[in-house]
Amino acid sequence: MAADIEAVAEQVFTALADPSRRAILAALAAAGPATATDLAGRLPITRQAIAKHLVLLTGAGLVTAEPGERRRVRYRLRSAPMQMAQQFLAALARDWDSPLEALKDHLDQESRQPMTMRRRTPQ
Amino acid sequence: MGFPDRIERTVELAAQPGRVWAALTTADGLAAWFGNEAEIDLRPGGAAWMKWASGYRVGMRVERVEEPTVFAFTWQIPGLPEDDPRRTYVEFTLEPAGAGTRLRVVETGFAQLPDDVYSAEYDGHIKGWQSELGELAEYLDGS
Repeated sequence: MAADIEAVAEQVFTALADPSRRAILAALAAAGPATATDLAGRLPITRQAIAKHLVLLTGAGLVTAEPGERRRVRYRLRSAPMQMAQQFLAALARDWDSPLEALKDHLDQESRQPMTMRRRTPQ
Repeated sequence: MGFPDRIERTVELAAQPGRVWAALTTADGLAAWFGNEAEIDLRPGGAAWMKWASGYRVGMRVERVEEPTVFAFTWQIPGLPEDDPRRTYVEFTLEPAGAGTRLRVVETGFAQLPDDVYSAEYDGHIKGWQSELGELAEYLDGS
């Protein structure tokens, strides 16, 4: 299970490493499903390059292709892999060392104060 | 392999288990070292929260209260939306060590895959929006 999520996270990070792919994902997130031609009109990227990036993004599960009007394929953002990548980042960002240091300091400070001074006096 | 699903730390504290227990399980204790503000309903299933100066607030649910040895809660995963149902599980174990306490903290559950119910519900929301917007467009076109 952890291996699956890691594979997904890796694909997300690979996809996000490229500025053009980030721009494509941002455009789909902001304005909803779009065709490669729509995206080429909105972004400073050629249609060919966009088509290439969309293949990679589809492979990573970050976008899905669906039939649109006049048989043109529309691409839609899929957020599930992004959420898995977020969990990976959350695990890395979960910092127990600083709070446990703070707990140590708090207990030390408490023990240096006489019992009566520990009470909080309402002022 | 590189995905950390479990984080584990052990610290030796000079304070006796009773004082460590109070620091972990009372609002004053938690606000003194963990958050900046805290509230806790100390019983299994009880609600708790902590807030930081940055404005970040985390909701918690008390899971185990076995004074003075085991205290556990589940809490939200940072970075996921507030209404995301996934939680990680944090368990503190206190053990007397000389005059002080050996405290172990284990947090697990970072590698949960979204379950089918969740993704179905999520896709449902998206489709719901799509059809709502479609209906609105049809309504406006027709009027």
